[in-house]
Amino acid sequence: MTTAAATAGGRTTKAKPATMAQALGRALRDSMAEDPSVHVLGEDVGTLGGVFRITDGLAKEFGDDRCTDTPLAEAGILGAAVGMAMYGLRPVVEMQFDAFAYPAFEQLMSHVAKMRNRTGGAMPLPITVRVPYGGGIGGVEHHSDSSEAYYMATPGLHVVTPATVEDAYGLLRESIASDDPVVFLEPKRLYWSKADWSPEAPAAVEPIGRAVVRRSGRSATLITYGPSLPVCMEAAEAAVAEGWDLEVVDLRSLVPFDDETVAASVRRTGRAVVVHESPGFGGPGGEIAARITERCFHHLEAPVLRVAGFDIPYPPPMLERHHLPGVDRVLDAVARLQWEADS
Amino acid sequence: MTVQELPGAAAYRPTPPPAWKPITDPAPLLPDPEPYRVLGTDAVADADPELLLRLHAELVRGRRYNAQATALTKQGRLAVYPSSTGQEACEIAAALVLEERDWLFPSYRDTLAAVARGLDPVEALTLLRGDRHTGYDPREHRIAPLCTPLATQLPHAVGLAHAARLKGDDVVALAMVGDGGTSEGDFHEALNFAAVWKAPVVFLVQNNGFAISVPLAKQTAAPSLAHKAVGYGMPGRLVDGNDAAAVHQVLSEAVARARGGEGPTLVEAVTYRMDAHTNADDATRYRVDSEVEAWRAHDPVRLLERELLERGLLDEAGVERVKESAERMAAALRDGMNADPELAPMDLFTHVYAEQTSQLQAQAAALRAELDAEQDHDEHGTEAGR
Repeated sequence: MTTAAATAGGRTTKAKPATMAQALGRALRDSMAEDPSVHVLGEDVGTLGGVFRITDGLAKEFGDDRCTDTPLAEAGILGAAVGMAMYGLRPVVEMQFDAFAYPAFEQLMSHVAKMRNRTGGAMPLPITVRVPYGGGIGGVEHHSDSSEAYYMATPGLHVVTPATVEDAYGLLRESIASDDPVVFLEPKRLYWSKADWSPEAPAAVEPIGRAVVRRSGRSATLITYGPSLPVCMEAAEAAVAEGWDLEVVDLRSLVPFDDETVAASVRRTGRAVVVHESPGFGGPGGEIAARITERCFHHLEAPVLRVAGFDIPYPPPMLERHHLPGVDRVLDAVARLQWEADS
Repeated sequence: MTVQELPGAAAYRPTPPPAWKPITDPAPLLPDPEPYRVLGTDAVADADPELLLRLHAELVRGRRYNAQATALTKQGRLAVYPSSTGQEACEIAAALVLEERDWLFPSYRDTLAAVARGLDPVEALTLLRGDRHTGYDPREHRIAPLCTPLATQLPHAVGLAHAARLKGDDVVALAMVGDGGTSEGDFHEALNFAAVWKAPVVFLVQNNGFAISVPLAKQTAAPSLAHKAVGYGMPGRLVDGNDAAAVHQVLSEAVARARGGEGPTLVEAVTYRMDAHTNADDATRYRVDSEVEAWRAHDPVRLLERELLERGLLDEAGVERVKESAERMAAALRDGMNADPELAPMDLFTHVYAEQTSQLQAQAAALRAELDAEQDHDEHGTEAGR
């Protein structure tokens, strides 16, 4: 997950340790510098630089009119962004925490997702909605929801979630440049994950809509995204001792969904586990498992399994380690893939 | 920070520490105790006769449009029509106060405002006919799509006006909402944002007495809807919504204020919905005939017509000419709506994303196959029948 060095304009730029938070901030900065129509707005994004400091320095560099502290009202923020986009701007909205985005759902569902369709293509809305999501940071209630299933179920939205520092930068740049609205889910427990990364010459990443094989293997495929990618990578390393050679697919984009990469992997390995921390019932894993079954039925040696968060409201922080799928739960699922032996 | 200072670090200064200064005298923001009127008062002497004649002609056309569209629902040509009969003065004034570069944000009942602004009468009805959601290019006419969820278009108006001002454009947004819509959170958030940002927006509330069946008294405990403005720090104006000259004047002043950089205004036009909520509603369940009759005496078309006839600005022949023009419009609307719209099923997939996802490509292919099979079947069927 690292780039040693990258080349820019003939000179070699040395990669340094950078966090995902820094890469996201850099992506916002570079987008704003490149395109004057890019505007950042949200709660505390200006003077404070955001509660996670993602927007740090943007107001200072570009002025309050391009990085704007808004009144505290998510529907108003996203609704205003709709109007700004109607007039030709590219708003990037920050929803401070996952569960704080719910007041803006009507704007997102009724207008952001549908405006291109309602107007017969005359009025696309290039809005990026940044949502720090998921648990694992010890947040109290309403600070750790995984809301991706709601967004995935809404046609008209792209749903993107990076798991690496490179993708955080590359996917956010692409989301802002996209003429379609993008819900950009930021796995907040990976904000401080590091990679050797060159801000001056960032490595190119696969575009939105493509999944990437992060680890090649032959025995089974772990399909995951965002905060669960490091869990799956660790599980794959641990599984070697058990004789399992696991492939790990990072989806990167939930909508559009990369059926091809996923199906190709499962056809190779014949076994699949979908791993995410949002609740399993009605969650992304069910959709993904169904898609795999439809495409790869004759290649499957075992049912597609899901490792997900429990079907409970996000638990209090002192209990969240029992809720979040960890390495052991993934390895248990992998063990259950020995279907023939058990049945 | 002003717009001119916009880019560059040198101009940056963080928001200063809070210095909360309450406005000790809210009086300048308060609406008049009674709705403002022009017709039948001394103020009418100052009104531009040409404007009054234009308002009259548009009101008559609007009334005829409502009648024609309602008739089309009975013939099954329209899925539904929320008539604005009785509210024509609000609709027409909203359209006529705006310059071409300005934007209108209508709700689902505001078809007339869109038509008076120049939209093709048939294109304006595609949403209600059911062939497409928005039958026009919003950017071409600077009319946002007719909005069905209540008050959700108001933040859009604020954002657009704000964006226009940031770009240095002299553009005002006028957003329309009903009395029921003022109870929605988006109404509150839009007004608050507009006031804080000093955005060039005018909010027009058409208080027509009922939110479907619920009267205003069960909707709000505020002294008037215009009073709500004070809490946001913007002026509220109360106007007789059946007095076209008054609505036009009050909205013109609000638009000028917005254009002059003085920020938003909330205008409450007190009017009455003469018809039911839509053709699917039974208004006799929640209101009495005597109330409707009382409002009939205050009909916006007759109020203006009487004024013009009394002052000799219009004669019976002039009234006839306006009626004939309205009849021609209605005939064109009938013809347009009686022509079956051409529907293209594959368009279902065309405007969801800039580029179709592979999921949509697969679904489009499946529908294409269904359509081809249907066509084959039809052709075969015809062959066999011969």
